[in-house]
Order: sequence, then C-alpha cells, then structure tokens
Amino acid sequence: MTDNTMLEVRNIKRDYELPGGLFKPKKIIHAVKGVSFKLERGKTLAIVGESGCGKSTLARMLTFIDEPTGGDLLIDNKKVDTRPGHLTQDMRQKVQIVFQNPYGSLNPRQKIGDVLGEPLAINTDMSAAERRDRASEMLTKVGLGPEHYNRYPHMFSGGQRQRIAIARALMMNPKLLVLDEPVSALDLSVQAQVLNLLADLQDEFNLTYVFISHDLSVVRYIADEVMVMYFGEAVEYGTREEVFSDPKHDYTRTLFKATPKADIESIRARIAKKKAAAAA
Amino acid sequence: MALLQIDNLTVEFETATGWFRAVDGVSISVEKAEVLAIVGESGSGKSVAMLAVMGLLPWTAKITADRMLFEGRDIQNISPAERRKLIGKDIAMIFQEPVASLNPCFTVGFQIEEVLSIHLGLDAKARRARAIELFSQVGLPNPEERLNHFPHQMSGGQCQRVMIAIAIACNPKLLIADEPTTALDVTIQKQILDLIMALQAKNGMGLIMITHDMGVVAETADRVVVQYKGRKMEEADVLSLFESPKSNYTKALLAALPENATGDRLTTVSAFFDGNPEPAPGVSA
Repeated sequence: MTDNTMLEVRNIKRDYELPGGLFKPKKIIHAVKGVSFKLERGKTLAIVGESGCGKSTLARMLTFIDEPTGGDLLIDNKKVDTRPGHLTQDMRQKVQIVFQNPYGSLNPRQKIGDVLGEPLAINTDMSAAERRDRASEMLTKVGLGPEHYNRYPHMFSGGQRQRIAIARALMMNPKLLVLDEPVSALDLSVQAQVLNLLADLQDEFNLTYVFISHDLSVVRYIADEVMVMYFGEAVEYGTREEVFSDPKHDYTRTLFKATPKADIESIRARIAKKKAAAAA
Repeated sequence: MALLQIDNLTVEFETATGWFRAVDGVSISVEKAEVLAIVGESGSGKSVAMLAVMGLLPWTAKITADRMLFEGRDIQNISPAERRKLIGKDIAMIFQEPVASLNPCFTVGFQIEEVLSIHLGLDAKARRARAIELFSQVGLPNPEERLNHFPHQMSGGQCQRVMIAIAIACNPKLLIADEPTTALDVTIQKQILDLIMALQAKNGMGLIMITHDMGVVAETADRVVVQYKGRKMEEADVLSLFESPKSNYTKALLAALPENATGDRLTTVSAFFDGNPEPAPGVSA
C-alpha cells in the first residue's frame, strides 16, 4: 500500500510577506495554511476553490516553482529538499505542470518543435535528430501531426495550444502532472476533447494527476479524490463519492448550490417557479 | 410587436483570403420581458451579431440585413447621432471582461454619472442620488464610498456589478449580456446571474444572454438560439431544447457536457458529425 503512494503532502504552508513602508508595518499573507493529503499512483486528485483560495499556490509548491515555508513534500516516498539549488534533476523530471492559459504559456517566437525539444535539450544529452524524433512522436500522441513541427503558436486554436502545453509537460516522461485549470479557457466541445486526451494519456503512461479546477461538473467527471480549499485551508477532503454525495463543510454546500444545473428537472422547476411568480 | 427583430442578418469581414462570413443569415427576435439565450462556441458569431445590433463593429465590417427593428423602428440605417441616443438608454450591454470594460482613469462614480447626465440630463445632485440608488440596487456595499473608487480597487465581481448598474441606469427596454459571468467564480457567477434575473423580472426588460455555458442557459433562458459557425442551428424553448434537441449540433453539445458522460470517455462534438452540421428541420439558417 505505502509503496503505491506517488505524492504525499504533510501540513504544507506558504506565507507571502508584503514589505512595509516607513510607517506601515509589514504584513504576512498566509496563502496556504497547512494542507495535507496523499495520492496514489495513477489516480487523480481534484482541488476545487474560488480564486484567491491558494489552490494555484499549492500547485506552484508541488512543482517546485515556489518554496514552501513549512511542511513536507514527499514524492515516491522520498522527501524532497525544496531549498533552491538542492533539487535533483531527477526530481524535476518527475513532476511537470500545465498552465491555465494556453495563449500565455507558449512563447510566441518559438516554433512548436523547439517548444517540445527544449526540455530534452536542457535535461538530457540527446542529439538534435533524436530530439526531433521524440518531439514528432509526442505530437502524434496528443492528437496533432508531425506537420505541425515547424509552426508557431499563433497558428493554433486554443484547444490545440493546450495539447501542445500537455505535450511539452510529457516530454520528460513525468510521473506526476499538475494541471492548473487546463480546460477553463476552452469551449465545451474542445474541453471534452482535452479531457478525453488526458484520460487516454493517464491510461497509457499510468500518470498521476493533480487537477485544479473551479468547475464542479468537470471535477465530478475526472477526479478520484476531491479536496475543497477555502481561504488557504482544506475544508473538505475525500473520495469523489463522499464529497459529492455528502458534503460536510458549509462552503462545499454553497459551491454545489451555486453550480448551474443543466438537467431537465431543474429547468422544469425553474419555469414553474417563474410562472407562479408572474401569476402572483 | 417584437421588441427586437432581426431578419437575415449577415456580417462579413475582409481578410487576406477574401470575405469571411462571421454571421450567416441569422434571424432573431425578442419579445418584451423575454429572456433569449444565444449559445455557441467561440467563433460562432454570437457576439458579432449583437455588436452589429449595437452598431459597435468597426467600419470594415460589411453588415447586411433584410430588417433590423427595435420597437418597430429601423435601427439599421439610422444616423450615428440617433443611434447614440438609443444605445445606452433603451438598449444596454454588459460585456465579458468587467475589469477591462471600465475606464481605469476615472472613478466608477464618474462613469455611471456620465450615463445619467448624457441620457437623462439630471443635475449633479440628482445624478449622485440616482448613482447611490443604483449601486445599492446591484448589491454593492457602502455605495456612497464606492462612487469614489477606481476600477482597480475592486474585485471582478464588484466591477461586474458596476457594469450592470451602468447598463440599467436608464431603465433600458433591452439588455444584452455578453458572457457576463465567464470571467467569474461559480459562487460569484450565481450572485450575478441572480441579480440580472431579479432586475429583469422587476423592470420587465427583454434580455439577450450570450453564453457558451449550457448550465447558464438552463438557469436563465425562456427561449434558446443555438449558433455554429455563424449559422443558426436550432431555435426552441429551453425545455424542449434540453429534452428533445433537434439539430445534430445541439445533441452533440449536450452530450459533451461532463455531467452527461456515459462510460469513461466524453462524447466529442466531432464524433457526432463530420463537416458542416445541418440545421434542425424548420429552422431557416
């Protein structure tokens, strides 16, 4: 059981310091106030919460972009030394991230082939021809073609760009993929394609996902476990069935109530209510 | 008589490879106090059609229509001066990005009072009183204090409330909401939608809700128009659209909703049809 744990987080914290002025004392913002969870290999944990609740800060800590101010981070049962300069290259390869906005996360002056080849050029001593082969192969895997190798990001649609961002994250054969709102900038039909791609890749490479989202219908579809964050704290954590069938915290209930329902019964109820209000 | 009636609207833009048809022969009508939702993905021409109604498209766009009537009055060939009197007063619009649609150089109080002075000619005292009234109507706490705030001092949800206050300042007969909640959190989205719907019911406004979110459609609309690639795919009342969609595209859209997933993969729209889908029978595209 224990050797199947991909990621464990123990009481992780992140504080940001706002510098004070001459007459203003400095202020400390507790962005993440001690979050713990465990995630098995090949499973998906969804983190839900509104903007400013610390879910992206948590993602940044999991991917070593930000250094936690307290707590432990264990990947593959090994404690990660997150101090700058102490990270091993091996660790960096295991964890990769896909950002929310596919328009902002790709360099507009870099060809797609170079976007995908760059991680290999930095981290391995592969030859250019080898990198090219690997990049073309990865393009096919995410549903694009080798003919896209020499194109620039502006030649792609939003959904295609998100595929490229996912392909870039997969170049180093990571074990853990952190997805920071990967589908919230996409249309419904494109969203379905990207979610299917993620499910296919998870099956193929036995990937572990940390999926950050504010869309509960997506979470319900993709997650094995769900954590709800509110003001830097994990207010709810459990399997998908537990959280969706029996939410314990008030905030989770508010969240469920606020999510628009697209089923026929709720539309009927709404129309009946409106008719009653109009008659009165 | 319909509040807004558009027949066979076509909008084209010139590109390097010829004219691109963003809206292709779409007809839309809205009755008084009716909520019409226009659904479609990006590039389906749903915003462009409404911008054409507002006269907000650049001069490079070629707009043709058989008829564009607001309360029986032609709005296609009216002079810019006439249009300015109408837009912002009888027809108002709320945009997607609340923070970007307010002017960062002026206080929100100035921006709402501008509307009141131009369209209603109120004096300074009456403007201020009305602005405070509007701000409390849209649920902004401390309305008097808020008037002196700049857009950057407020959150996205608060900015959207200011936008709504500006839009309803002159009691418009028609409100066009272009993805009013897309940039907001679910809990804030709920508050904003509730607010818009309450104002719509209270003032008896016609409302056009442009969105790509089927959930928002289900929660707000009386009638729905589904658009794809500039063409109208289907028009139906909200219940029959969800219960028995007629066009293949609508069926595909509903199947792509994660809550309608069967099995471990989602149905994608492209899995439903290849190439151009046919509009539902009975819909003149």
